[in-house]
Amino acid sequence: MNKIYLSHSNIVSGFGFGSVSALEGIKKEVSDLKPMEDENILPHPFCSSRIADSLLQEAYGNLGPTEKHTRLEQLLLVSLEKTIAASQIELDDRVGLIVSTTKGNIDVLETDGPFPEERAYLSVLGKKIKTFFGFRNEAIVLSNACVSGILAIAVAKRFIAQGRYDHVFVVAGDLVTRFILSGFNAFQALSQEPCRPFCKTRSGINIGEVGVSALITSDRKHLADESVVILGEASCNDANHISGPSRTGEGLYRSIRAALDQSGLLAADIDYISAHGTATPFNDEMEAIAFNRAELQSVPLNSLKGYFGHTLGASGLLETIVGMHSLHQNTLFASKGFQELGISQPLAIIQSTTSKKLDTFLKTASGFGGCNTAVVFQKAGK
Amino acid sequence: MNKEYRIQRYGHIRQGRISLNGIPRFESNETDFSIFIKSAYKNFDTQYPKFFKMDSLSKLALIASDVLLENENEKNIALALSNRAASLDTDRRHQKTIQDIENPFASPAVFVYTLPNICLGEISIRHRLFSENSFFIFDRFNADSLFEYANSLLANQKSEKVICGWMEFDQGKYDAFLYVVAKNGIFAHSIEEINRLYLTP
Repeated sequence: MNKIYLSHSNIVSGFGFGSVSALEGIKKEVSDLKPMEDENILPHPFCSSRIADSLLQEAYGNLGPTEKHTRLEQLLLVSLEKTIAASQIELDDRVGLIVSTTKGNIDVLETDGPFPEERAYLSVLGKKIKTFFGFRNEAIVLSNACVSGILAIAVAKRFIAQGRYDHVFVVAGDLVTRFILSGFNAFQALSQEPCRPFCKTRSGINIGEVGVSALITSDRKHLADESVVILGEASCNDANHISGPSRTGEGLYRSIRAALDQSGLLAADIDYISAHGTATPFNDEMEAIAFNRAELQSVPLNSLKGYFGHTLGASGLLETIVGMHSLHQNTLFASKGFQELGISQPLAIIQSTTSKKLDTFLKTASGFGGCNTAVVFQKAGK
Repeated sequence: MNKEYRIQRYGHIRQGRISLNGIPRFESNETDFSIFIKSAYKNFDTQYPKFFKMDSLSKLALIASDVLLENENEKNIALALSNRAASLDTDRRHQKTIQDIENPFASPAVFVYTLPNICLGEISIRHRLFSENSFFIFDRFNADSLFEYANSLLANQKSEKVICGWMEFDQGKYDAFLYVVAKNGIFAHSIEEINRLYLTP
């Protein structure tokens, strides 16, 4: 079968507009998580990474929109425009569009907003993105909790391998909203301080927001310098609990095994793991168990949640894009917030940013509903 | 390239009627969904107390999958479901509780259902399926995407069978359609046939 690649990409985050600003921040081990007060979101202070409205308005205005878009739509449009421009691909009937989000325009349910409730339907969001750029195919919206962003890459690969498309643009995003924060707050899952994945003193998650996009293609003519091959992917359910991770890491372990099998690589061939690492006590413990079962405990590993927070339906794509650059720069980025191992099994957490020759990486994610996804990537080379 | 896969069976829950391969399994004149689905639960002697904690979308998915899988022995079954409203019915409930001026506190038991793929988790737990799960949103039933996706999962040995379908609950209205794609089966696995079965409750 022809190889399928992750290619041009873009990150709009609290670090700035474009992947470069996010990568510079990470390389300097700077977090964008900050304490915030916003009574429209939570009655008490919280810690988050958000995109400044003024900057977003400016970037969105530069696109010359002819109708009004919601804040999330603006974010997705601004990111995807950059990726499409860099890809130099004509949007004909061989080009697909996948939108990855957990909650889409859920903020329109707030009673005082300017947009009708209809805008909360995810297919409407998909249509707005499609229409803006003139995609010929309907958007495929994927909403699979916190694995959405990484599962979207697997789904794009599958549609290309089936011959339905030659190229797929994936765009992913979720906002920091009262809807989301009040829910996680009710679970007592929010940390008031920047989160500490896998650390003994971890005290929960932070929710952050980003808009990210990437090109998935089988055509080597459209590769970026940093491109990676998507070697294997799998997504397995825990069949255990809808809001609690499996105590044996069953679904994640099975996902990793199946993704490795498809990739043709062994656990020993993996140079780096970009874990999910939300910094809740149960999630991080579950991941540690699954990685140990898969014999990956010595592979350098980080969670990027300490830089951006948990960006929900975007997180898997965001962290994969950073992982792709990590390979390209032959650099292992520090797992921000980590101090002392706080899980029952060993893991090789990256404590400071270091140079190392890298060829392959594994990206994993897990989410509500018991879902887990693992994808194996390798440098595309030139 | 692609092998020819087949559809083994299909089921519907629509307008007070639950059917398997077009044959009615349960019928009711009840128009209120919560009463209707509870009477279906009793009728099938389901005995699964977790059912009563679920939101409407998951209750619909649970009963639909029970009927579809009652004589199924295979456990390596992937799930690829879709709908239009995602989890909006429960999203509205959650939004209402956090906007309550007197008591603006979210309920974890409601919030956890504000994701459409939770119903895939409920089916997976009920039937012990440790397999591929994907939830897609389309503005109408989209046989083309489900057809390609099921072919891809089977061709890449992601599972032995795939349950595909439409699982919609919005403002009291419901429409469930599930079908099993496998190596053998009585119906053709084609876009035309999927659309025909969708319209044949």
